Amino acid sequence: MAETLRPDLAVIAQNITPGSRVLDIGCGDGRLMAELVARHGVDARGLEIDPALVERCVARGLSVVQGDADSDLADYPDKAFDYAILSQTLQTAARPDRMLDELLRVGRQAFVSFPNFAHWRTRSALMLGGRMPVTRALPVSWYETKNIHHVTIADFRELVAAKGVRVERSWFFSGGHEIGPPAVNWRAEFALLQLSR
Amino acid sequence: MPPVIASKSLTLSRALSLDSGQALSDVQIAFETYGELAEDRSNAILVCHALTGDQYVASNHPITGKPGWWERMVGPGKVVDTNRFHVICANVIGSCMGSTGPVSDAIDGQPYAMRFPVITIRDMVRGLVGLLDELGIERLHTVIGGSMGGMQALSLAANWPERAARVLAIATTARHSAQNIAFHEVGRQAIMADPNWRGGDYYGSEAAPDAGLAVARMAAHITYLSEEGLTEKFGRNLQDRDTKSFGFDADFQVESYLRYQGSGFTQRFDANSYLYITRAMDYFDLAEEHGGRLANAFAGSRARFCVISFDSDWLYPTAESRHIVHALNAAGAPVSFVELSAPFGHDSFLLDVPALDRVMKGFIDG
Repeated sequence: MAETLRPDLAVIAQNITPGSRVLDIGCGDGRLMAELVARHGVDARGLEIDPALVERCVARGLSVVQGDADSDLADYPDKAFDYAILSQTLQTAARPDRMLDELLRVGRQAFVSFPNFAHWRTRSALMLGGRMPVTRALPVSWYETKNIHHVTIADFRELVAAKGVRVERSWFFSGGHEIGPPAVNWRAEFALLQLSR
Repeated sequence: MPPVIASKSLTLSRALSLDSGQALSDVQIAFETYGELAEDRSNAILVCHALTGDQYVASNHPITGKPGWWERMVGPGKVVDTNRFHVICANVIGSCMGSTGPVSDAIDGQPYAMRFPVITIRDMVRGLVGLLDELGIERLHTVIGGSMGGMQALSLAANWPERAARVLAIATTARHSAQNIAFHEVGRQAIMADPNWRGGDYYGSEAAPDAGLAVARMAAHITYLSEEGLTEKFGRNLQDRDTKSFGFDADFQVESYLRYQGSGFTQRFDANSYLYITRAMDYFDLAEEHGGRLANAFAGSRARFCVISFDSDWLYPTAESRHIVHALNAAGAPVSFVELSAPFGHDSFLLDVPALDRVMKGFIDG
Protein backbone atom coordinates (compact mmCIF):
# COMPACT_ATOMS: atom_id res chain seq x y z
CA MET A 1 0.00 0.00 0.00
CA ALA A 2 1.54 3.28 -1.09
CA GLU A 3 -0.52 5.31 1.37
CA THR A 4 1.18 6.20 4.66
CA LEU A 5 -0.89 5.42 7.68
CA ARG A 6 -1.56 7.98 10.36
CA PRO A 7 0.77 7.14 13.31
CA ASP A 8 -2.01 5.76 15.53
CA LEU A 9 -3.23 3.55 12.68
CA ALA A 10 0.30 2.35 11.99
CA VAL A 11 0.67 1.32 15.63
CA ILE A 12 -2.67 -0.51 15.50
CA ALA A 13 -1.58 -2.34 12.34
CA GLN A 14 1.65 -3.44 14.03
CA ASN A 15 -0.15 -4.72 17.11
CA ILE A 16 -2.94 -6.77 15.59
CA THR A 17 -2.40 -10.51 15.49
CA PRO A 18 -2.20 -11.64 11.85
CA GLY A 19 -5.22 -13.59 10.68
CA SER A 20 -7.52 -12.16 13.33
CA ARG A 21 -11.02 -10.77 12.84
CA VAL A 22 -11.26 -7.00 13.02
CA LEU A 23 -14.08 -4.44 12.96
CA ASP A 24 -12.93 -0.93 12.05
CA ILE A 25 -15.59 1.49 13.29
CA GLY A 26 -15.52 4.76 11.40
CA CYS A 27 -13.18 3.18 8.85
CA GLY A 28 -13.17 6.19 6.53
CA ASP A 29 -11.78 5.34 3.11
CA GLY A 30 -10.59 1.96 4.36
CA ARG A 31 -6.90 2.80 4.56
CA LEU A 32 -6.22 0.81 7.73
CA MET A 33 -8.44 -2.08 6.64
CA ALA A 34 -6.64 -2.33 3.29
CA GLU A 35 -3.30 -2.47 5.10
CA LEU A 36 -4.56 -5.10 7.56
CA VAL A 37 -5.96 -7.28 4.77
CA ALA A 38 -2.99 -6.96 2.44
CA ARG A 39 -0.10 -7.23 4.90
CA HIS A 40 -1.49 -8.97 7.93
CA GLY A 41 -3.99 -11.44 6.47
CA VAL A 42 -6.70 -9.99 8.65
CA ASP A 43 -10.42 -10.63 8.10
CA ALA A 44 -11.46 -6.99 8.28
CA ARG A 45 -14.94 -5.46 8.31
CA GLY A 46 -15.78 -1.79 8.44
CA LEU A 47 -18.56 0.52 9.59
CA GLU A 48 -18.69 4.01 8.09
CA ILE A 49 -21.41 6.65 8.11
CA ASP A 50 -20.46 8.54 4.94
CA PRO A 51 -21.80 6.79 1.80
CA ALA A 52 -19.11 8.33 -0.42
CA LEU A 53 -16.42 6.78 1.79
CA VAL A 54 -18.24 3.42 1.86
CA GLU A 55 -18.25 3.55 -1.93
CA ARG A 56 -14.46 3.99 -1.97
CA CYS A 57 -14.03 1.09 0.46
CA VAL A 58 -16.19 -1.21 -1.67
CA ALA A 59 -14.23 -0.13 -4.74
CA ARG A 60 -11.04 -1.35 -3.07
CA GLY A 61 -12.60 -4.72 -2.35
CA LEU A 62 -13.30 -4.17 1.34
CA SER A 63 -16.43 -5.26 3.23
CA VAL A 64 -17.85 -2.08 4.69
CA VAL A 65 -21.36 -1.38 5.94
CA GLN A 66 -22.81 2.10 5.89
CA GLY A 67 -24.08 2.82 9.35
CA ASP A 68 -23.98 4.91 12.45
CA ALA A 69 -21.66 3.68 15.20
CA ASP A 70 -24.00 5.20 17.81
CA SER A 71 -26.82 2.82 16.88
CA ASP A 72 -25.63 0.12 14.48
CA LEU A 73 -23.03 -1.65 16.59
CA ALA A 74 -26.06 -3.30 18.17
CA ASP A 75 -26.39 -5.34 14.95
CA TYR A 76 -23.18 -7.26 15.62
CA PRO A 77 -23.17 -10.40 17.76
CA ASP A 78 -21.15 -10.67 20.98
CA LYS A 79 -17.41 -11.28 20.52
CA ALA A 80 -17.79 -11.44 16.75
CA PHE A 81 -14.34 -9.88 16.40
CA ASP A 82 -10.92 -10.27 17.97
CA TYR A 83 -10.45 -6.51 17.81
CA ALA A 84 -12.80 -3.57 17.52
CA ILE A 85 -11.08 -0.38 16.40
CA LEU A 86 -12.38 3.10 17.10
CA SER A 87 -9.91 5.62 15.80
CA GLN A 88 -10.54 9.32 16.43
CA THR A 89 -14.26 8.73 16.63
CA LEU A 90 -14.98 8.37 20.37
CA GLN A 91 -15.26 12.13 20.87
CA THR A 92 -18.00 12.28 18.18
CA ALA A 93 -20.19 9.65 19.84
CA ALA A 94 -23.51 10.56 21.40
CA ARG A 95 -22.57 8.47 24.44
CA PRO A 96 -18.87 7.55 24.45
CA ASP A 97 -19.32 5.44 27.59
CA ARG A 98 -21.93 3.25 25.92
CA MET A 99 -19.86 3.02 22.77
CA LEU A 100 -16.97 1.74 24.86
CA ASP A 101 -19.26 -0.97 26.24
CA GLU A 102 -20.32 -1.88 22.72
CA LEU A 103 -16.71 -2.06 21.52
CA LEU A 104 -15.85 -4.57 24.20
CA ARG A 105 -19.04 -6.50 23.58
CA VAL A 106 -18.45 -7.08 19.83
CA GLY A 107 -14.66 -7.31 20.20
CA ARG A 108 -12.52 -9.33 22.61
CA GLN A 109 -10.17 -6.36 22.64
CA ALA A 110 -10.48 -2.78 21.46
CA PHE A 111 -8.16 -0.10 20.14
CA VAL A 112 -9.40 3.41 20.91
CA SER A 113 -7.64 6.59 19.83
CA PHE A 114 -8.75 10.17 20.47
CA PRO A 115 -7.43 13.74 20.54
CA ASN A 116 -6.36 14.78 24.05
CA PHE A 117 -8.18 17.96 25.10
CA ALA A 118 -5.66 18.51 27.91
CA HIS A 119 -2.73 19.00 25.52
CA TRP A 120 -0.83 22.18 26.41
CA ARG A 121 -1.84 23.91 23.17
CA THR A 122 -5.51 23.35 23.92
CA ARG A 123 -5.04 24.45 27.51
CA SER A 124 -3.24 27.62 26.56
CA ALA A 125 -5.78 28.50 23.84
CA LEU A 126 -8.50 28.27 26.42
CA MET A 127 -6.62 29.75 29.35
CA LEU A 128 -4.76 32.57 27.64
CA GLY A 129 -7.00 33.19 24.61
CA GLY A 130 -10.29 32.53 26.32
CA ARG A 131 -11.50 30.77 23.19
CA MET A 132 -12.43 27.20 22.29
CA PRO A 133 -9.18 25.81 20.93
CA VAL A 134 -8.53 25.43 17.22
CA THR A 135 -5.30 23.46 17.02
CA ARG A 136 -3.48 20.91 14.84
CA ALA A 137 -5.31 18.13 16.64
CA LEU A 138 -8.66 19.97 16.76
CA PRO A 139 -8.73 21.99 13.55
CA VAL A 140 -12.46 22.79 13.34
CA SER A 141 -14.31 25.66 15.04
CA TRP A 142 -16.61 24.89 17.94
CA TYR A 143 -19.79 25.45 15.93
CA GLU A 144 -19.00 22.99 13.18
CA THR A 145 -16.83 20.38 14.85
CA LYS A 146 -18.14 16.83 15.05
CA ASN A 147 -16.32 16.47 18.37
CA ILE A 148 -19.17 16.80 20.81
CA HIS A 149 -17.52 15.07 23.74
CA HIS A 150 -14.06 16.48 24.29
CA VAL A 151 -12.02 14.18 26.47
CA THR A 152 -8.60 14.17 28.10
CA ILE A 153 -6.32 11.21 28.68
CA ALA A 154 -6.96 11.50 32.43
CA ASP A 155 -10.74 11.52 31.87
CA PHE A 156 -10.59 8.49 29.61
CA ARG A 157 -8.45 6.54 32.06
CA GLU A 158 -10.94 7.34 34.78
CA LEU A 159 -13.87 6.11 32.66
CA VAL A 160 -12.02 2.94 31.75
CA ALA A 161 -11.13 2.26 35.40
CA ALA A 162 -14.71 2.89 36.51
CA LYS A 163 -15.93 0.34 33.97
CA GLY A 164 -13.42 -2.25 35.09
CA VAL A 165 -11.83 -2.25 31.67
CA ARG A 166 -8.17 -3.24 31.49
CA VAL A 167 -5.67 -1.07 29.62
CA GLU A 168 -3.40 -3.58 27.91
CA ARG A 169 -1.12 -0.98 26.38
CA SER A 170 -1.14 2.70 25.57
CA TRP A 171 0.66 4.91 23.07
CA PHE A 172 0.89 8.68 22.86
CA PHE A 173 1.56 10.95 19.93
CA SER A 174 2.59 14.53 19.32
CA GLY A 175 3.55 16.22 16.08
CA GLY A 176 2.98 12.98 14.19
CA HIS A 177 5.43 11.00 16.36
CA GLU A 178 5.12 8.62 19.23
CA ILE A 179 6.25 10.15 22.53
CA GLY A 180 7.20 8.67 25.91
CA PRO A 181 4.83 8.47 28.87
CA PRO A 182 5.97 11.32 31.20
CA ALA A 183 3.29 14.00 31.63
CA VAL A 184 1.32 12.72 28.61
CA ASN A 185 -1.84 14.50 29.70
CA TRP A 186 0.10 17.71 28.97
CA ARG A 187 2.30 16.58 26.11
CA ALA A 188 0.24 14.21 23.95
CA GLU A 189 -1.96 15.49 21.13
CA PHE A 190 -3.41 12.01 20.60
CA ALA A 191 -3.69 8.88 22.67
CA LEU A 192 -4.20 5.28 21.64
CA LEU A 193 -5.20 2.60 24.15
CA GLN A 194 -5.54 -1.13 23.75
CA LEU A 195 -8.36 -2.32 26.00
CA SER A 196 -9.86 -5.56 27.17
CA ARG A 197 -12.43 -6.61 29.71
CA MET B 1 -51.26 -12.36 -25.41
CA PRO B 2 -47.57 -12.39 -26.17
CA PRO B 3 -46.14 -15.01 -28.50
CA VAL B 4 -43.50 -17.39 -27.22
CA ILE B 5 -40.14 -15.88 -28.02
CA ALA B 6 -37.28 -17.88 -29.42
CA SER B 7 -34.12 -16.75 -27.72
CA LYS B 8 -31.58 -19.34 -26.64
CA SER B 9 -33.51 -22.05 -24.94
CA LEU B 10 -32.99 -25.47 -23.45
CA THR B 11 -35.00 -28.11 -21.67
CA LEU B 12 -33.79 -29.08 -18.20
CA SER B 13 -32.89 -32.77 -18.07
CA ARG B 14 -34.24 -33.07 -14.54
CA ALA B 15 -37.71 -32.26 -13.26
CA LEU B 16 -37.96 -29.48 -10.68
CA SER B 17 -39.29 -30.44 -7.25
CA LEU B 18 -41.29 -27.39 -6.27
CA ASP B 19 -41.91 -25.96 -2.81
CA SER B 20 -45.61 -26.77 -3.23
CA GLY B 21 -44.73 -30.46 -3.33
CA GLN B 22 -45.52 -30.73 -7.01
CA ALA B 23 -42.98 -31.53 -9.69
CA LEU B 24 -42.49 -29.71 -12.97
CA SER B 25 -40.94 -31.73 -15.78
CA ASP B 26 -39.64 -30.82 -19.24
CA VAL B 27 -38.92 -27.35 -17.98
CA GLN B 28 -37.91 -24.99 -20.71
CA ILE B 29 -35.52 -22.13 -19.82
CA ALA B 30 -35.12 -19.26 -22.29
CA PHE B 31 -31.96 -17.24 -21.80
CA GLU B 32 -29.50 -14.84 -23.35
CA THR B 33 -25.73 -14.80 -22.94
CA TYR B 34 -23.20 -12.07 -23.61
CA GLY B 35 -19.39 -12.33 -23.67
CA GLU B 36 -17.17 -15.40 -23.84
CA LEU B 37 -17.10 -18.05 -21.14
CA ALA B 38 -13.50 -18.52 -19.97
CA GLU B 39 -11.98 -21.95 -20.40
CA ASP B 40 -11.99 -22.54 -16.64
CA ARG B 41 -15.62 -21.29 -16.52
CA SER B 42 -14.74 -18.86 -13.74
CA ASN B 43 -16.09 -15.66 -15.29
CA ALA B 44 -19.82 -16.28 -15.42
CA ILE B 45 -22.16 -13.64 -14.02
CA LEU B 46 -25.84 -14.44 -13.60
CA VAL B 47 -28.17 -11.45 -13.80
CA CYS B 48 -31.61 -12.14 -12.31
CA HIS B 49 -34.53 -10.14 -13.62
CA ALA B 50 -37.36 -8.44 -11.78
CA LEU B 51 -41.12 -9.16 -11.80
CA THR B 52 -41.85 -8.05 -15.34
CA GLY B 53 -38.30 -8.32 -16.65
CA ASP B 54 -36.94 -10.93 -19.00
CA GLN B 55 -33.75 -12.40 -20.43
CA TYR B 56 -33.17 -9.43 -22.73
CA VAL B 57 -30.92 -7.62 -20.27
CA ALA B 58 -28.67 -6.16 -22.94
CA SER B 59 -30.37 -6.84 -26.24
CA ASN B 60 -33.41 -5.38 -27.92
CA HIS B 61 -36.73 -6.63 -26.71
CA PRO B 62 -38.29 -8.72 -29.50
CA ILE B 63 -41.80 -7.32 -28.98
CA THR B 64 -41.26 -3.69 -28.04
CA GLY B 65 -37.98 -3.25 -29.94
CA LYS B 66 -36.70 -1.28 -26.96
CA PRO B 67 -33.09 -1.67 -25.74
CA GLY B 68 -32.34 -4.28 -23.07
CA TRP B 69 -33.63 -3.40 -19.61
CA TRP B 70 -30.14 -2.99 -18.12
CA GLU B 71 -28.10 -1.97 -21.14
CA ARG B 72 -26.63 0.91 -19.19
CA MET B 73 -25.04 -1.65 -16.85
CA VAL B 74 -24.30 -4.69 -19.04
CA GLY B 75 -22.16 -4.58 -22.17
CA PRO B 76 -18.62 -4.19 -23.51
CA GLY B 77 -16.66 -1.87 -21.21
CA LYS B 78 -19.65 -1.32 -18.94
CA VAL B 79 -19.98 -2.03 -15.22
CA VAL B 80 -20.80 -5.66 -15.95
CA ASP B 81 -18.17 -5.85 -18.66
CA THR B 82 -18.98 -8.42 -21.32
CA ASN B 83 -15.41 -8.15 -22.61
CA ARG B 84 -14.36 -9.84 -19.39
CA PHE B 85 -17.41 -11.68 -18.15
CA HIS B 86 -19.79 -14.24 -19.56
CA VAL B 87 -23.16 -12.78 -18.61
CA ILE B 88 -26.21 -15.02 -18.42
CA CYS B 89 -29.75 -13.77 -18.02
CA ALA B 90 -32.64 -16.24 -18.06
CA ASN B 91 -36.38 -15.82 -18.05
CA VAL B 92 -37.74 -17.17 -14.75
CA ILE B 93 -40.20 -20.04 -14.73
CA GLY B 94 -43.75 -18.76 -14.43
CA SER B 95 -42.94 -15.90 -16.77
CA CYS B 96 -43.97 -15.60 -20.40
CA MET B 97 -40.90 -14.92 -22.50
CA GLY B 98 -40.04 -18.48 -23.41
CA SER B 99 -39.47 -20.22 -20.09
CA THR B 100 -42.09 -22.65 -18.83
CA GLY B 101 -45.05 -20.81 -17.35
CA PRO B 102 -48.85 -20.71 -17.43
CA VAL B 103 -48.79 -19.87 -21.14
CA SER B 104 -46.80 -23.05 -21.92
CA ASP B 105 -48.49 -26.24 -23.03
CA ALA B 106 -49.07 -28.88 -20.40
CA ILE B 107 -48.80 -32.60 -21.20
CA ASP B 108 -52.29 -32.58 -22.78
CA GLY B 109 -51.18 -30.04 -25.38
CA GLN B 110 -53.31 -27.27 -23.86
CA PRO B 111 -51.80 -24.26 -22.05
CA TYR B 112 -51.40 -24.77 -18.34
CA ALA B 113 -53.19 -21.52 -17.54
CA MET B 114 -54.24 -21.79 -13.88
CA ARG B 115 -53.28 -25.46 -13.81
CA PHE B 116 -49.68 -24.26 -13.61
CA PRO B 117 -48.39 -25.01 -10.11
CA VAL B 118 -47.95 -22.07 -7.75
CA ILE B 119 -44.21 -21.40 -7.64
CA THR B 120 -41.88 -19.61 -5.24
CA ILE B 121 -38.77 -17.51 -5.61
CA ARG B 122 -36.77 -20.60 -4.61
CA ASP B 123 -38.49 -22.55 -7.40
CA MET B 124 -37.42 -19.88 -9.89
CA VAL B 125 -33.87 -20.26 -8.60
CA ARG B 126 -34.19 -24.05 -8.95
CA GLY B 127 -34.83 -23.37 -12.62
CA LEU B 128 -31.80 -21.07 -12.85
CA VAL B 129 -29.56 -23.57 -11.06
CA GLY B 130 -30.86 -26.21 -13.47
CA LEU B 131 -29.74 -23.97 -16.32
CA LEU B 132 -26.29 -23.50 -14.77
CA ASP B 133 -26.02 -27.29 -14.44
CA GLU B 134 -26.87 -27.73 -18.11
CA LEU B 135 -24.32 -25.06 -19.05
CA GLY B 136 -21.65 -26.72 -16.88
CA ILE B 137 -21.17 -23.64 -14.67
CA GLU B 138 -20.44 -24.80 -11.14
CA ARG B 139 -19.64 -21.52 -9.48
CA LEU B 140 -20.67 -18.06 -10.57
CA HIS B 141 -18.24 -15.18 -10.31
CA THR B 142 -21.21 -13.05 -9.23
CA VAL B 143 -24.97 -13.31 -9.04
CA ILE B 144 -26.68 -9.93 -9.41
CA GLY B 145 -30.28 -8.92 -9.03
CA GLY B 146 -32.43 -5.91 -8.34
CA SER B 147 -35.90 -6.08 -6.78
CA MET B 148 -37.26 -9.63 -7.39
CA GLY B 149 -33.88 -10.35 -8.98
CA GLY B 150 -32.30 -9.54 -5.63
CA MET B 151 -34.61 -12.04 -3.95
CA GLN B 152 -33.35 -14.68 -6.35
CA ALA B 153 -29.74 -13.72 -5.68
CA LEU B 154 -30.33 -14.04 -1.91
CA SER B 155 -32.20 -17.32 -2.37
CA LEU B 156 -29.35 -18.72 -4.45
CA ALA B 157 -26.84 -17.66 -1.78
CA ALA B 158 -28.94 -19.22 0.98
CA ASN B 159 -29.91 -22.47 -0.70
CA TRP B 160 -26.99 -23.14 -3.04
CA PRO B 161 -24.16 -21.47 -1.11
CA GLU B 162 -21.44 -23.00 -3.28
CA ARG B 163 -22.84 -21.67 -6.53
CA ALA B 164 -21.80 -18.00 -6.30
CA ALA B 165 -18.63 -16.31 -5.04
CA ARG B 166 -20.23 -12.87 -4.89
CA VAL B 167 -23.81 -11.86 -4.28
CA LEU B 168 -25.03 -8.40 -5.26
CA ALA B 169 -28.57 -7.63 -4.05
CA ILE B 170 -30.03 -4.27 -5.00
CA ALA B 171 -33.26 -2.55 -3.91
CA THR B 172 -34.62 -5.76 -2.49
CA THR B 173 -35.91 -7.50 0.60
CA ALA B 174 -35.66 -10.83 2.38
CA ARG B 175 -39.42 -11.00 2.82
CA HIS B 176 -42.52 -9.40 1.38
CA SER B 177 -44.20 -7.04 3.83
CA ALA B 178 -47.94 -6.72 4.38
CA GLN B 179 -47.83 -3.55 2.27
CA ASN B 180 -46.00 -5.35 -0.55
CA ILE B 181 -48.55 -8.17 -0.50
CA ALA B 182 -51.41 -5.68 -0.36
CA PHE B 183 -50.31 -3.86 -3.52
CA HIS B 184 -49.88 -7.16 -5.35
CA GLU B 185 -53.33 -8.30 -4.28
CA VAL B 186 -54.83 -5.14 -5.82
CA GLY B 187 -53.14 -6.07 -9.09
CA ARG B 188 -54.30 -9.67 -8.97
CA GLN B 189 -57.86 -8.70 -8.18
CA ALA B 190 -57.86 -6.24 -11.08
CA ILE B 191 -56.88 -9.08 -13.44
CA MET B 192 -59.33 -11.57 -12.01
CA ALA B 193 -62.15 -9.00 -12.08
CA ASP B 194 -61.68 -8.57 -15.82
CA PRO B 195 -64.43 -10.63 -17.53
CA ASN B 196 -61.91 -11.61 -20.19
CA TRP B 197 -59.81 -13.41 -17.60
CA ARG B 198 -62.25 -16.38 -17.57
CA GLY B 199 -60.55 -18.18 -14.71
CA GLY B 200 -57.29 -17.92 -16.64
CA ASP B 201 -58.59 -19.76 -19.74
CA TYR B 202 -58.28 -16.91 -22.21
CA TYR B 203 -55.45 -18.18 -24.40
CA GLY B 204 -57.72 -19.52 -27.15
CA SER B 205 -60.19 -16.67 -26.99
CA GLU B 206 -60.34 -13.40 -28.85
CA ALA B 207 -59.70 -11.15 -25.91
CA ALA B 208 -57.22 -11.31 -23.05
CA PRO B 209 -57.76 -9.58 -19.69
CA ASP B 210 -55.80 -6.58 -20.88
CA ALA B 211 -57.86 -4.03 -18.98
CA GLY B 212 -57.25 -5.82 -15.70
CA LEU B 213 -53.58 -6.37 -16.42
CA ALA B 214 -53.20 -2.68 -17.34
CA VAL B 215 -54.75 -1.60 -14.04
CA ALA B 216 -52.46 -4.02 -12.17
CA ARG B 217 -49.48 -2.47 -13.92
CA MET B 218 -50.66 1.07 -13.22
CA ALA B 219 -51.02 0.39 -9.50
CA ALA B 220 -47.66 -1.36 -9.35
CA HIS B 221 -45.94 1.32 -11.39
CA ILE B 222 -46.80 3.94 -8.76
CA THR B 223 -44.93 1.85 -6.18
CA TYR B 224 -41.81 1.89 -8.36
CA LEU B 225 -41.62 5.70 -8.37
CA SER B 226 -41.17 8.26 -5.64
CA GLU B 227 -43.58 11.03 -4.84
CA GLU B 228 -40.76 13.48 -5.48
CA GLY B 229 -40.11 11.90 -8.89
CA LEU B 230 -43.79 12.01 -9.86
CA THR B 231 -44.12 15.60 -8.75
CA GLU B 232 -41.02 16.63 -10.61
CA LYS B 233 -42.03 14.81 -13.79
CA PHE B 234 -45.74 15.64 -13.89
CA GLY B 235 -46.80 17.88 -11.05
CA ARG B 236 -50.45 18.79 -11.65
CA ASN B 237 -49.79 19.47 -15.32
CA LEU B 238 -52.67 18.87 -17.71
CA GLN B 239 -52.36 16.58 -20.70
CA ASP B 240 -52.79 18.27 -24.13
CA ARG B 241 -55.36 20.72 -22.81
CA ASP B 242 -55.53 24.07 -21.11
CA THR B 243 -58.41 23.45 -18.73
CA LYS B 244 -59.95 20.56 -16.88
CA SER B 245 -62.51 18.67 -18.91
CA PHE B 246 -64.99 18.11 -16.08
CA GLY B 247 -65.04 14.52 -17.24
CA PHE B 248 -63.03 11.36 -16.80
CA ASP B 249 -60.53 11.60 -19.61
CA ALA B 250 -56.89 11.58 -18.70
CA ASP B 251 -56.87 15.28 -17.82
CA PHE B 252 -53.61 15.07 -15.92
CA GLN B 253 -50.30 14.11 -17.45
CA VAL B 254 -49.76 11.56 -14.70
CA GLU B 255 -53.01 9.81 -15.66
CA SER B 256 -52.05 9.73 -19.29
CA TYR B 257 -48.61 8.39 -18.39
CA LEU B 258 -50.04 5.59 -16.24
CA ARG B 259 -52.58 4.61 -18.90
CA TYR B 260 -49.77 4.45 -21.45
CA GLN B 261 -47.64 2.33 -19.11
CA GLY B 262 -50.59 0.03 -18.45
CA SER B 263 -51.60 -0.54 -22.04
CA GLY B 264 -48.00 -0.86 -23.24
CA PHE B 265 -47.44 -3.56 -20.65
CA THR B 266 -50.28 -5.73 -21.97
CA GLN B 267 -48.47 -5.93 -25.31
CA ARG B 268 -45.58 -7.76 -23.75
CA PHE B 269 -46.83 -9.55 -20.66
CA ASP B 270 -49.21 -12.35 -19.80
CA ALA B 271 -51.86 -11.78 -17.14
CA ASN B 272 -51.60 -15.29 -15.67
CA SER B 273 -47.81 -14.93 -15.44
CA TYR B 274 -48.41 -11.73 -13.51
CA LEU B 275 -50.61 -13.64 -11.04
CA TYR B 276 -48.04 -16.41 -10.57
CA ILE B 277 -44.98 -14.21 -10.22
CA THR B 278 -46.57 -11.76 -7.80
CA ARG B 279 -47.71 -14.78 -5.74
CA ALA B 280 -44.15 -16.10 -5.67
CA MET B 281 -42.91 -12.74 -4.42
CA ASP B 282 -45.61 -12.57 -1.75
CA TYR B 283 -44.67 -16.04 -0.51
CA PHE B 284 -41.01 -14.99 -0.24
CA ASP B 285 -39.71 -15.04 3.31
CA LEU B 286 -36.13 -16.22 3.42
CA ALA B 287 -36.08 -16.44 7.22
CA GLU B 288 -39.20 -18.63 7.29
CA GLU B 289 -37.44 -21.11 4.99
CA HIS B 290 -34.59 -21.29 7.51
CA GLY B 291 -36.19 -21.87 10.89
CA GLY B 292 -37.44 -18.32 11.29
CA ARG B 293 -34.01 -16.78 11.66
CA LEU B 294 -32.59 -14.96 8.66
CA ALA B 295 -28.99 -15.35 9.83
CA ASN B 296 -29.47 -19.15 9.53
CA ALA B 297 -30.13 -18.68 5.82
CA PHE B 298 -26.57 -17.48 5.35
CA ALA B 299 -24.82 -19.70 7.90
CA GLY B 300 -23.28 -21.94 5.26
CA SER B 301 -22.28 -19.16 2.90
CA ARG B 302 -18.71 -18.40 1.92
CA ALA B 303 -19.71 -15.70 -0.56
CA ARG B 304 -19.03 -11.99 -0.33
CA PHE B 305 -22.16 -9.89 -0.25
CA CYS B 306 -23.00 -6.37 -1.33
CA VAL B 307 -26.39 -4.93 -0.47
CA ILE B 308 -27.53 -1.62 -1.94
CA SER B 309 -30.67 0.38 -1.21
CA PHE B 310 -32.00 3.75 -2.35
CA ASP B 311 -33.22 6.48 -0.04
CA SER B 312 -36.33 7.18 -2.14
CA ASP B 313 -37.38 3.51 -2.47
CA TRP B 314 -40.52 3.04 -0.37
CA LEU B 315 -41.37 -0.34 -1.90
CA TYR B 316 -38.30 -2.07 -0.43
CA PRO B 317 -36.99 0.64 1.88
CA THR B 318 -33.49 0.77 3.36
CA ALA B 319 -34.71 -0.84 6.58
CA GLU B 320 -35.28 -4.08 4.62
CA SER B 321 -31.71 -4.01 3.31
CA ARG B 322 -30.41 -3.33 6.82
CA HIS B 323 -32.34 -6.34 8.01
CA ILE B 324 -30.46 -8.46 5.45
CA VAL B 325 -27.13 -6.88 6.43
CA HIS B 326 -27.83 -7.50 10.09
CA ALA B 327 -28.42 -11.18 9.36
CA LEU B 328 -25.28 -11.42 7.24
CA ASN B 329 -23.28 -9.81 10.06
CA ALA B 330 -24.76 -12.25 12.53
CA ALA B 331 -23.76 -15.09 10.20
CA GLY B 332 -20.24 -13.66 9.98
CA ALA B 333 -20.50 -13.21 6.22
CA PRO B 334 -18.39 -10.51 4.57
CA VAL B 335 -20.89 -7.85 3.59
CA SER B 336 -20.85 -4.34 2.26
CA PHE B 337 -23.88 -2.13 2.40
CA VAL B 338 -24.63 1.34 1.15
CA GLU B 339 -27.78 3.41 0.89
CA LEU B 340 -27.52 5.54 -2.22
CA SER B 341 -29.30 8.81 -2.72
CA ALA B 342 -31.39 8.93 -5.88
CA PRO B 343 -34.71 10.60 -6.66
CA PHE B 344 -36.33 7.83 -8.73
CA GLY B 345 -37.79 5.57 -6.03
CA HIS B 346 -37.58 1.79 -6.40
CA ASP B 347 -36.80 2.11 -10.11
CA SER B 348 -33.51 3.86 -9.23
CA PHE B 349 -31.64 0.60 -9.79
CA LEU B 350 -32.59 0.71 -13.48
CA LEU B 351 -31.87 4.39 -13.99
CA ASP B 352 -28.94 6.76 -14.16
CA VAL B 353 -27.38 6.70 -10.69
CA PRO B 354 -23.60 7.05 -11.14
CA ALA B 355 -22.87 6.02 -7.54
CA LEU B 356 -24.59 2.68 -8.22
CA ASP B 357 -22.23 2.08 -11.15
CA ARG B 358 -19.22 2.81 -8.97
CA VAL B 359 -20.29 0.58 -6.08
CA MET B 360 -21.25 -2.29 -8.39
CA LYS B 361 -18.03 -2.05 -10.37
CA GLY B 362 -15.98 -1.88 -7.18
CA PHE B 363 -17.71 -4.93 -5.76
CA ILE B 364 -17.52 -7.05 -8.91
CA ASP B 365 -13.87 -6.19 -9.55
CA GLY B 366 -12.78 -6.18 -5.89
